[in-house]
Amino acid sequence: MFDEPNKTNPPFSKGSSKYENPDGVKIGLEVHVQLNKLKTKVFCGCTTDYHNDPPNSHVCPVCLGLPGALPVINKKAVEAAIKVGLALNCKVEEHTQFYRKNYYYPDLPKGFQITQYDFPISSQGYVMIEGEDGEHRIGITRAHMEEDPGRLVHEGTIDKSKYTLIDYNRSGMALLEVVSDPDMRSPKEARRYLDKLRNILEYLDVFDGNLEGALRVDANISIMGGQRAEIKNISSHKGAERALLYEIVRQKNVLRRGGVVVLETRHFDEAREITLSMRSKEEAHDYRYFPEPDLVPLKISGWAPAIKETLPELPDARRMRFVEQYGIADDHAKALTSELKLAVFYEEVAKKADPKMAAVWICDVLKGELNYRDLTIDAFRKEHMLSVIELLASKKITEDGAVDIIRTLLDKGGSPEEIVAQKGLVVVEGDIVSTAAEEAIKENPQAVADYKAGKEKALNSLVGAVMKKTKGRADARAAREVLLGKLG
Amino acid sequence: MATINELRERIHAESSEEIVHEYLEKIAESKLNAFITVSGESALARARKIDSEGHEGPLAGIPIAIKDNISTKGIRTTCASKILTGYIPPYDAHVIERLKEAGAIIIGKANMDEFAMGTSTETSFYGATKNPWDIERVPGGSSGGSAAAVAGDDVPLALGSDTGGSVRCPASFCGVVGLKPTYGVISRYGLIAYANSLEQIGPFATSVRDVATLFDVIAGYDARDSTSVKRDVNYSSAMKNDVRGLKIGVPEEYFGEGTDEKVEKAVRDAIHKLEDLGASLKDVKMPHTKYALASYYIIAMSEASSNLARFDGMRYGLRVEDSDWHTTFSQVRAAGFGDEVKRRILLGTYALSAGYHDKYYLKALKVRTLIKQDFERAFKNVDVLITPTMPYPAFRLGEKIGDPLSLYLADVDTVPINLAGVPSISVPCGFSEGLPIGMQIIGKHFDEATILRTAYTFEENTDFHIKQPEGV
Ligand SMILES: [Zn+2]
Repeated sequence: MFDEPNKTNPPFSKGSSKYENPDGVKIGLEVHVQLNKLKTKVFCGCTTDYHNDPPNSHVCPVCLGLPGALPVINKKAVEAAIKVGLALNCKVEEHTQFYRKNYYYPDLPKGFQITQYDFPISSQGYVMIEGEDGEHRIGITRAHMEEDPGRLVHEGTIDKSKYTLIDYNRSGMALLEVVSDPDMRSPKEARRYLDKLRNILEYLDVFDGNLEGALRVDANISIMGGQRAEIKNISSHKGAERALLYEIVRQKNVLRRGGVVVLETRHFDEAREITLSMRSKEEAHDYRYFPEPDLVPLKISGWAPAIKETLPELPDARRMRFVEQYGIADDHAKALTSELKLAVFYEEVAKKADPKMAAVWICDVLKGELNYRDLTIDAFRKEHMLSVIELLASKKITEDGAVDIIRTLLDKGGSPEEIVAQKGLVVVEGDIVSTAAEEAIKENPQAVADYKAGKEKALNSLVGAVMKKTKGRADARAAREVLLGKLG
Repeated sequence: MATINELRERIHAESSEEIVHEYLEKIAESKLNAFITVSGESALARARKIDSEGHEGPLAGIPIAIKDNISTKGIRTTCASKILTGYIPPYDAHVIERLKEAGAIIIGKANMDEFAMGTSTETSFYGATKNPWDIERVPGGSSGGSAAAVAGDDVPLALGSDTGGSVRCPASFCGVVGLKPTYGVISRYGLIAYANSLEQIGPFATSVRDVATLFDVIAGYDARDSTSVKRDVNYSSAMKNDVRGLKIGVPEEYFGEGTDEKVEKAVRDAIHKLEDLGASLKDVKMPHTKYALASYYIIAMSEASSNLARFDGMRYGLRVEDSDWHTTFSQVRAAGFGDEVKRRILLGTYALSAGYHDKYYLKALKVRTLIKQDFERAFKNVDVLITPTMPYPAFRLGEKIGDPLSLYLADVDTVPINLAGVPSISVPCGFSEGLPIGMQIIGKHFDEATILRTAYTFEENTDFHIKQPEGV
């Protein structure tokens, strides 16, 4: 567990065997990303900071779709969309245009959604993920802008509620719909793609994935070259993986029974973890797309180069830099850069402490303890991590002691120094270890005899005895050396 | 009939309150049904405020009627439709803000064809408006209430909106001046859309000068309308009695079959009058004119089918007994829209549908480009184009309402202008059996100054605009 990292894998290790994809799974995802870090909505001046406010408190004639109100494009939203496009290696178009997608739904105050159709803001990109057989490329068909509808709220469950309430606070939030090519070959790859996408979005500072409705997924999946099913209403990465796993089994069963998978839209029931066919009536949509006459085509050819300059370091680049700059293992670099906050946390610690040690302790210990408690890195202070590493480096505490400190900090709070004092975690002095070793040798003649007879393992029980006598405050390696010295 | 200058003098000598009061009485006695809502109390209150505090605006204390598809904060705005029953906008349209800044007093909301869909103001849920020259006849449409109110002296000024002729047609039928500005000159913010890519708000008055003054007040850039353009022009300064050197194009395509002989003669006489005053005439060819009506109606109806989707009874307007939302939506729309509106929504929906989109909507857009090019070519050689505004004078109430196609055909001379986005003004140029005839003067993009000057010169040298309907 505490081995020094010495293997430095190149990023994106190539798998030794090629992934066979036995079921011929093809998955494409449409991900709706709310650009919720913008200050205002996409076509009006209403704030995006509504999550803690009463329903319908951040609305205006524009996002309520009142008669006569007109949309005006939020330039910052276009910039954010271009930023994402560039980060996804997309081609950013010369000009972009908005269209109306016409359909009726109570959450849609205008009876149409302003979205893009021909001339999306960016297209033809890709992202790299850790696939079933190493590095795998997922094509990005397009990433286009649109507006979010309002939110329907039901008293109790949707089936039992006597009425529907509509909150238009969300109406008009800027969305980016990122459409992938059908390049994912397993639900696991789909999940990794979503993780990667979310990670990139957070690096770009356009998106806070923790807010309600921040990321919504529709998945297209086919097997064995058959027709695809579109699964709607997936709201989490885990949900996407589950829905797709279910769907593969369902489609395989259809084929096994001699049936044919039909092209259809299915709804993911998150509670039951199954997909259900939606009525064909609901999917027989003709959206009658046509250019939004109230928004002029936007010439954006000049925007991309300047925005490119402002692009931050992205996860893959940072991962490679961590390996190079800090000499840490690629697995560690990958784990550290998989979440922006974690990467920032690591880098701040690594600047002031041994970077390799920091990587080991953050990835292998702290991350596990956080996951176990369902906490994020926000729950741990970097000053505390620094103290723990300093205490360890100066051999004032043992590794077991360090784990104890981290656990205590997460469960009860305090500071590392206080915990060391309270729990008496300071490594005991050499004299005490020496005395304990002498006692251990005296009290365990059989082990001594075994060791001298060549059974190396017998030494372990002697080390254990020393640790017991010092109540775990001795450094195991030091105890071992002292014992070896005394045994000649 | 009083001009802005005369009213300003009277307000100075008497008071705005007295003027407003006088007009409110006229409206109350009027047989025209030109208003859907009269905002008497707020108008009087505002007049008193201006009287006591003074106001330096160009329209200080002067009453104005607003077409009922322009949003007025606190005053119900119906679009002459049952579906907007009870809707009171919480905000002012850009033009209303401008009018208030200029000191104008909103005296009421003018009748119109439901959602501006019509050429006669007969499709209003609130009943047809009547033509002051003959109350058996239509005032034209869709801004019929605005034009009739000005012609009948119910009010000195009015705003309308023009999607395919809706300002110019009633101006022509009612014998007043009406301007359809270049697309983008007046902010559409607050104008309840019929066909966004075609329409502009436009002023009505009894003289070209007053139209220019009102236009000066309401024109100008507005960041809330993405199609609004930045231009700084003072249109009142175009009031020069001089057309020497002006090159007038006369497109024969606009004098074709279906044009009333007397209308044709009046317009040709008017053109010769301008020639006498120093203008020169040129033949111009506008070969795609004959496709304009089809293109216009497909585009307008397509946009309308989408624009009117928001009227579902969920947030404002007519409400029916609640059922599931699907049922509620269709019941509200079935009960709230009139036949002509339903017809246009259906046709527009059809034109945009999969399988028909390219055949109708896309083709209409291509034709629109050809028509624009017709105008661009023509304006290489001429400064203005002159045509009849309407092919005939006002027809009888009920005469065409049962025959939608013949009503659509009435727009033949006005719709190409909206497709091209150029400005155009209708001015009185004659009479046919006591009914006014309008002449249409069309200009280059953003060259309202030239058409206003041409119209002003014509007005200064003729007296068609002075004649008033009897009993007014
Ligand atoms: Zn808003």
